Amino acid sequence: MIPSTKPPKHLKMRPPVAVAAERTEDLGPPKIEIRALNFYYGDVRSLHNITMSLADKSISAFIGPSGCGKSTLLRVLNRMYGLYPRQRAEGEVLIGGRDILGPNVDVAELRYRVGMVFQKPTPFPMSVFDNVAFGLRLGGGIRGAELKSRVESALRDAAIWDEVKDKLHADGRSLSGGQQQRLCIARAIAVKPEVLLLDEPTAALDPISTLRVEETLQALREKYCIVVVTHNLQQAARVSNVTGFMFMGELVEIGPSSRIFTSPQDRRTDDYITGRFG
Amino acid sequence: MAIIDPRHAAKQLIYERVFRSATLSAAILVLLILGGVAMSLLRGAWPAISHFGFSFVAREIWNPVTDEFGALAPIYGTVVTSVIAMLLAVPTGFGIALFLTELCPPLLKRPIGVAVELLAAVPSIIFGIWGLFVLAPVLQRHVQPWLIAHLGHIVLVGKLFKGPPFGIGILTAGVVLAIMVLPFIAATLRDVFDTVPAMLKESGYALGATTWEVMWNVVVPHSRVGIVGGIMLGLGRALGETMAVTFVIGNAHRISSSLLAPGTTISSAIANEFTEAVGDLYTSSLIALGLLLFLITFTVIAAAQAMLRRLERRSGAAV
Ligand SMILES: Nc1ncnc2c1ncn2[C@@H]1O[C@H](COP(=O)(O)OP(=O)(O)O)[C@@H](O)[C@H]1O
Ligand SMILES: [Mg+2]
Repeated sequence: MIPSTKPPKHLKMRPPVAVAAERTEDLGPPKIEIRALNFYYGDVRSLHNITMSLADKSISAFIGPSGCGKSTLLRVLNRMYGLYPRQRAEGEVLIGGRDILGPNVDVAELRYRVGMVFQKPTPFPMSVFDNVAFGLRLGGGIRGAELKSRVESALRDAAIWDEVKDKLHADGRSLSGGQQQRLCIARAIAVKPEVLLLDEPTAALDPISTLRVEETLQALREKYCIVVVTHNLQQAARVSNVTGFMFMGELVEIGPSSRIFTSPQDRRTDDYITGRFG
Repeated sequence: MAIIDPRHAAKQLIYERVFRSATLSAAILVLLILGGVAMSLLRGAWPAISHFGFSFVAREIWNPVTDEFGALAPIYGTVVTSVIAMLLAVPTGFGIALFLTELCPPLLKRPIGVAVELLAAVPSIIFGIWGLFVLAPVLQRHVQPWLIAHLGHIVLVGKLFKGPPFGIGILTAGVVLAIMVLPFIAATLRDVFDTVPAMLKESGYALGATTWEVMWNVVVPHSRVGIVGGIMLGLGRALGETMAVTFVIGNAHRISSSLLAPGTTISSAIANEFTEAVGDLYTSSLIALGLLLFLITFTVIAAAQAMLRRLERRSGAAV
């Protein structure tokens, strides 16, 4: 199944930079705890017995070949799967110590606490300002001057303020792709979520925009528990503290990114990061 | 493979030309037909136009005996019945479409969708008969007395619900029209809402929005252009519908302040009277009515186009 020939040289990962190693040290207590999680699309099981903890104020990256269940994992964490009949999760998932899979969970409130950014930019058909204000206005709680300042600080945190401060009333869809994605990040962090999920946030972006988004993530690391799915191994190595490798619905291994990319414990991880499959 | 047979290339060129001229002439044919219809309407209506001038659209009188004709009553009836129809059908169609796309259990989705499409397939004469024998008596006995009793005393609005409950009349015609255009509006809006990307909706849910908030704040704004299109499709049908309206409107060339009173519309007046029209001026006046309907429909479509262009420009999305 796995070709035994050595991969071409350019596919080999360069050893990760030393900075990545430092980052793994002072990881705080876990923000997300997952125990024996199984996920089903109808009768098909797509996640197998996943158990792990993810730290707060850090970036956890998940890598793995297409269809291995990375998106599914994210969609459990904000119960997005609940929108669709016949999808269900079993097991235990705690965010900030609170169970999120139970029947009595207020899903809207959970999603307010857990932000999400998608594979493609999804600006709403409204102005830049209204996009960012969307979540803040939902509860009806925040308006007026406070709304304005919250929108501004979210746009600043997402490193897009300087580019849009003169066109807050332009349609969000008129921005460039990279700007749209950072707008979506601003929209997600405007409500000050506890956790930020990103599903291949740079998949649809050019290299420069990708870099800007990565810088944005770096800056957000201090405030949030960030979980990012990526196809791009260099990206995982560049931005994350912890990397998990998933394969066919299983979490093969998870650990400090510097270790995963230099001395993975599992043969499959090694094959994947050296480009032998996937 | 790289060598192209010159004969083959020449043949392709000919095919290309034939195809292009065939499609071009089809497109031109549409313009010719449209022009022809407009011309012959104008020619047929000319005697009435030259005889009555502008007063034709400003007068309510319609007297075949004295050969005096004015189009105000049918214009009024056409506009008012269509407005009533849209007021009833647009919110209902909205509700049906949103329910079908966002809330409906998958098991019910198909049956309800098919039912909506079947409703659209019912011939208008059936609606006419049903309106006359079933709906009109029900409205007369149960709904109109209630309207008169409860709304009849309110200032301004009250005028609309005065007088005896005739059963047939402007209001009944509006209700029948609403039922007739409802499936078109609901089906178009459903198709429009179905094209909203799941990811966009999920982005709303991901912020903690409820189903209602996602529908109202994301799905509807995203579908603005399609919504205008769907409503205009319904309005176009309501303005031109003839058969069912003729059955239930009462066919009186009269403008009454009450919606319960009988009236007429342009198309039902033409259908009713064309075979009996004696005298050139009478016939010509009916054709002039047709020309007016043509203009009204044209204006509605042009207004819709202008509105769509404005919406598109405002969204500024070049995607
Ligand atoms: N809506 C769905 N219905 C059924 N199966 C699905 C659905 N979405 C994903 N899957 C399946 O679940 C598995 C994991 O998918 P996904 O989480 O999207 O993978 P990844 O994001 O890692 O590419 C795949 O085998 C995929 O075919
Ligand atoms: Mg995916």
